[in-house]
Amino acid sequence: MLSFTLNGAAVTLDLPEDVALLHALRGPLGLSGPRFGCGTEQCGACMVLVEGEPRCACTLPAAAIAGKAVVTVEGLGTPEAPHPLQAACLAEQAGQCGYCLSGILVSAAALLARDPRPGEAAIRAALDPHLCRCGSHNRILRAVARAAREMA
Amino acid sequence: MHRLPGNLQTNRRLSQWLAIHPEGKVTITPGKVELGQGILTTLSQIAAEELEVDLARIEARAASTPDSPDEGVTSGSLSTQDSGGALRHACAAARAIFLGVVAQRVGVPLEAIRVEDGIFHGPAGPIGSYWALADQALLDCDAPAEARPRAPGERRIAGRSVPRIDLPDKVFGAARYVHDLRLPGMLHARMVRPPARGARLAGLREGPLPGAAQVVRDGDFLAVLAEAEWEAEAAAARLAARAEWEVADSLPEQALLTDWLREAATRGERSPVESRGDLAPPVARTLRRSFHRPYLAHASIAPSCAVARWEGERVEVFTHSQGPYNLRADLAKTLRCDPALITVRHREGAGCYGHNGADDVALDAVLAARAVPNTPVRLLWSRAEELGWSPFSPAMLVDVEADLDTAGTIVGWRSHIVSNGHSSRPGRDPEPTLLSASMLATPFAVKPSINPAMAAGGGAPRNGIPLYRIPALGVETTRLLEMPIRTSALRGLGATLNVWSIESVMDEAAALAGLDPLDYRLRHLDDPRAIAVLRRAADLAGWTGRTRREGFGMGIGFARYKNTGAWAAVIAEVEALDRVFCRRLWIAGDVGEAVNPDGVLNQLEGGAIHGASVALLEEVRFDRRTVTSDQWEGYPILRFSEVPQVELALIDRPEEPFLGAGEASMAPTIAAIAGGITQALGIRPRQLPFTPENLARA
Repeated sequence: MLSFTLNGAAVTLDLPEDVALLHALRGPLGLSGPRFGCGTEQCGACMVLVEGEPRCACTLPAAAIAGKAVVTVEGLGTPEAPHPLQAACLAEQAGQCGYCLSGILVSAAALLARDPRPGEAAIRAALDPHLCRCGSHNRILRAVARAAREMA
Repeated sequence: MHRLPGNLQTNRRLSQWLAIHPEGKVTITPGKVELGQGILTTLSQIAAEELEVDLARIEARAASTPDSPDEGVTSGSLSTQDSGGALRHACAAARAIFLGVVAQRVGVPLEAIRVEDGIFHGPAGPIGSYWALADQALLDCDAPAEARPRAPGERRIAGRSVPRIDLPDKVFGAARYVHDLRLPGMLHARMVRPPARGARLAGLREGPLPGAAQVVRDGDFLAVLAEAEWEAEAAAARLAARAEWEVADSLPEQALLTDWLREAATRGERSPVESRGDLAPPVARTLRRSFHRPYLAHASIAPSCAVARWEGERVEVFTHSQGPYNLRADLAKTLRCDPALITVRHREGAGCYGHNGADDVALDAVLAARAVPNTPVRLLWSRAEELGWSPFSPAMLVDVEADLDTAGTIVGWRSHIVSNGHSSRPGRDPEPTLLSASMLATPFAVKPSINPAMAAGGGAPRNGIPLYRIPALGVETTRLLEMPIRTSALRGLGATLNVWSIESVMDEAAALAGLDPLDYRLRHLDDPRAIAVLRRAADLAGWTGRTRREGFGMGIGFARYKNTGAWAAVIAEVEALDRVFCRRLWIAGDVGEAVNPDGVLNQLEGGAIHGASVALLEEVRFDRRTVTSDQWEGYPILRFSEVPQVELALIDRPEEPFLGAGEASMAPTIAAIAGGITQALGIRPRQLPFTPENLARA
């Protein structure tokens, strides 16, 4: 049995040891925020926070997060109580297809947690593991900067 | 029959487009689909405007067969024209019908009634509403010839940058994509693809599979089904190791791709695109230049996905296809069944930028699900399939000859555009074009791709006719009749190469004439809207006052998409280091009426960044057997660290027809980056992408 904290709540799962965390999150745990993009840590669509650090859930064995705290985009905020990053994304209309956003938002949340006033270069660096194909990059950069201002 | 606007012409029933509900809601049911471009928001705005109801009352339902209007494919930057034009007329007509009924019933003249958020007010107060008349079946009729859409000056919702209706779900991680669909009892499926194009499955060694996975085989089509997604994934890997394929070389030598294009062209279908005027001597000089482009991938961030379920003879499929009816047609051809037995329901996927794997995976899901009746099956492609087996935008070659007179003005232009066809979209050929249709035990032949007609914008020759004033012009194209790598539509189609080839020759001719590239273009233009976007972009970028900086260069690119769509001018600043980076872009666009100006800006910027990525990085790689750039490390796209800063200006023309925004900026961006490279490095690129390796050959 595998126990960990998911978005603040304790969860217990019975899974084969080598199952990727992404499959656990999207399968038995019923989440949709973490997205499958490549399965090889090359696009960032599946990014989640493990103990506050961005990790690609597509290759991380679920067994490796036993006892740890996992946060997905669903754990950042809700339509009723959005995280400042989510509110900023909407304010900047930062996205087109949006498939990359779940991963980008959690990486940005980790960035703001360790660097509350990042410059543009720091934001670009933090988001560099993430691919966006629609070309919404500049809007996303502005959204992160806006969230930082609003959290200050 | 009277002519109706947009796709109302072919889908004339008002009830096909909208429904009014007693609880105060309006459903619109366009046949165009959301691809991340924001079309459902735009169409909702148009409907709310014409009905005079709050935007929040509109619900845009995803297209599905057989109820949605058949609007063909969501492509070509045509959705606002074709679907928006139809909805504008349909909703204006609906409003008039409802008001007519109320006017008669209450005895108030029509012109004395005003509508406020769906409530009808006469001189003495409220006299009715859409909602009160919702159950009268007033929309069960064909659209009348006449409708009076609101005048541009009266618009309150269309023309405003309202927030996208699909974005909140995407920001909160909601289950919005087809990938997120979870139906009761659903199984997960994966494909096992051959190691080479055209390979034959010779044998499959027996053995256990994880999670009691089930194998589905039909000829060379090989899939696995399992209860859990990880079991399907593991089973596919194990099955792949047990499959024995007969393989052979079938692809050209990549290093000799240009030679292959020239050689295959000798066996191709050569045809005139445009011919006008006679060359009036004297010609002082003729520039002869060739431009080349590799195969390009759509490179969607999500691998394609579909969910299918069979019940008896009927099958239902959830898909992110761009054309539900077209997909249905090809599924029916493949299954050799009546299309009416197939229901296709659109669900959003990741951005596709053209014909990616969306249609192909829908067939895969249908074939896999056939093995398990009454059970929904979700088939998800791998990253390797998305980057390796989707249709690709074809490699191309353009030869240009430009005649200059003694003043350096272009007086003659001849070009020859060589390419595979740019469309193998489903629904247009008697035989199916879906990937796995060619892999079945009774396979369908793969035919070479075709080009849309020039009246529809053309395929390979799209934007191949310069918009510049050139008295003598002859443009020809050769469509290749052999297709080693399956090709189809990607944003811009042939424009990505043609615009750059034209703009590069303009730059070179300007330099020979000793003129500024902007001034030289303006000297060759009569179209005031073309001139306006060029001047606007130049103002944004400070083009006239620009100064040379060591290692940097600025270039300019212009096109009117398809020569009938939106105008865009782009100025790029590049920096040449160990490789070329695009640092800044300034873009001016004119899409006619902009229903959602912020959405237009988003599209123009996205298209430009896509263009920068294509210009600097993108190239499908292959060996003699298969595509090898099937992971992101082999097919890099522009990243956050290298994305240029972008400034945009939209020339809004509310009085003019809307023209679509999705594809206008991409090709001019490539041209502008090439011009910037020339200024920075003193060389004229001849081959995409503009990598150090390709630039060294310029």
